[in-house]
Amino acid sequence: MARDSTLGELLRSQGVSRRAFLKFCTTTASVMALPASLVPAMADALEQAKRPSVIWLSFQECTGCTEALTRSHAPTLEGLIFDFISLDYHHTLQAASGRAAEEAREEAMREHAGQYLLLVDGSIPTVKAYSTIAGISNLDMLKDSAANAAAVIAVGTCAAYGGLPMAAPNPTSAVSVSDIVSDKPIINIPGCPPIPLAMTGVIAHYLTLGTLPALDHLGRPQAFFGENIHDRCYRRPFYDRGLFAETFDDEGARKGWCLYKLGCKGPVAYNACAHVKWNQGVSFPIQSGHGCIGCSEPGFWDAGGIYESIARGQFGTGPQIATAALVGAAAGAGAALLARSKKEKKAAAHAASE
Amino acid sequence: MSLLEFARGPAIHWSLVILVAGIIWRLLGVLVLTRGADLSRPRDAFGNFKGYRTVFSRAWPNGEFTTATRYQTIMAYLFHFATLIVVVGITPHIEFIESLTGASWPALPNALGVAIGTIALISLIALIGRRISKPEIYCSNLGDYITWVLIAAPLLTGLMTFAHIGPRYETMLAIHILSVAVLFVWFPFSKLMHAFWFVFSRAQSGLAYAHKGVRI
Repeated sequence: MARDSTLGELLRSQGVSRRAFLKFCTTTASVMALPASLVPAMADALEQAKRPSVIWLSFQECTGCTEALTRSHAPTLEGLIFDFISLDYHHTLQAASGRAAEEAREEAMREHAGQYLLLVDGSIPTVKAYSTIAGISNLDMLKDSAANAAAVIAVGTCAAYGGLPMAAPNPTSAVSVSDIVSDKPIINIPGCPPIPLAMTGVIAHYLTLGTLPALDHLGRPQAFFGENIHDRCYRRPFYDRGLFAETFDDEGARKGWCLYKLGCKGPVAYNACAHVKWNQGVSFPIQSGHGCIGCSEPGFWDAGGIYESIARGQFGTGPQIATAALVGAAAGAGAALLARSKKEKKAAAHAASE
Repeated sequence: MSLLEFARGPAIHWSLVILVAGIIWRLLGVLVLTRGADLSRPRDAFGNFKGYRTVFSRAWPNGEFTTATRYQTIMAYLFHFATLIVVVGITPHIEFIESLTGASWPALPNALGVAIGTIALISLIALIGRRISKPEIYCSNLGDYITWVLIAAPLLTGLMTFAHIGPRYETMLAIHILSVAVLFVWFPFSKLMHAFWFVFSRAQSGLAYAHKGVRI
């Protein structure tokens, strides 16, 4: 694909009809809460959009985020838009390797200084020796690449909030992108992996309006992370009626009742899974019978067991409370005996004085 | 550590520790301090039995006060039963109790829990209304009002959490758990100890009266 070809040309070359393209624009505009009047503008802008330069850095990650984006049921418009961006550096996907790969990154940074988008997946170990690419530590590569980026998109929970590598005991002293980069706009698209539409939606927004979408207090696009899964869950009526699956193989599980008691984190997880769903709207974890694990939330890995419901206390029970009971008993008995001996002394003094 | 992690971790844990230690401290502190025996001859041979009967008979106002105390009797009964049902009857609470004790039982539908929780809150407001409008009856002190606020807070925040009113769910849930933690810490050192004292104080009064031959 030529660097100066437009998205419209790419889509036509792939046999995407005008109708399908407008449907995508309408869906994206509606999902991102943009006014309907913007749909033609979005279509025009996307049609004419030139390929933006993107540098994708993969640090302490599992490649699940890349897999989710590239292996989503093909060929989707989301996939094509992903293909459309000029992915100048992505060490999982690029053909080049070694010095040639690094040169591609340096060239992109030089030629598109101040304009390229920096996508990061994976957390960054602050102990430099733990993860290096071409001899460059993740920390240095991020600082170097972010310096001239237009914006940084943290893809996946590891890049956005530290994710699994940062989970206790955090052996690599891992941190998130926003812990390192503070002078650039950062958009977090968390999830393990994130929903592909959330990523392409942000890119489409950027290509159309030249700005980044509205974010919530955790730096996530409100359009995709503004509502919690519990509120959008099709099993919610069972929660309201008090009908719960108690195990993964009981009557409740077979009847599709609420998974709250099996540890579903839907009420505290903000993501678009319940309405956008996965694999072109086929399903999402709760629909397939497993509770939400809250993977789009900071620190989700350390926030109690996956199969422990939200209402459970996160404390070691027995011993400390038993000790407290013993301390209480000792204090109470001590106080009473003290009072009693005082009383007896006073009685004796009173008797003696008579 | 997020607010929710703090609330359902150290906050609720240490408040439970203080609750248990405090209750046992106060119970033993008073109960070990026994009263001396009344050496006078009892007027009623069945005095002891009648004394213990007071534990139950005092659960209802004496006939001549029925009309005068109807309002607070009904409201207090509504409040106590509704609160008890909500505390032990809805799914999230049973999950919490199960995580603490291992015991669990079937829950009420959430909609019913909300209805009963609302009744508890309304009856509690009705009771504070009477307390404020008739200061000569209650002789309230600051502690009484603190207790009312600390009891009302978990009811209000619990209903708000369920209804997703106010802050985001996880923040509201954390506030709800923290309000309970504060209540647990306050409980042993306030008049809320009547949850335990009522048995002993009624029996003590009953015994003393029966010994003197007072009809109770």
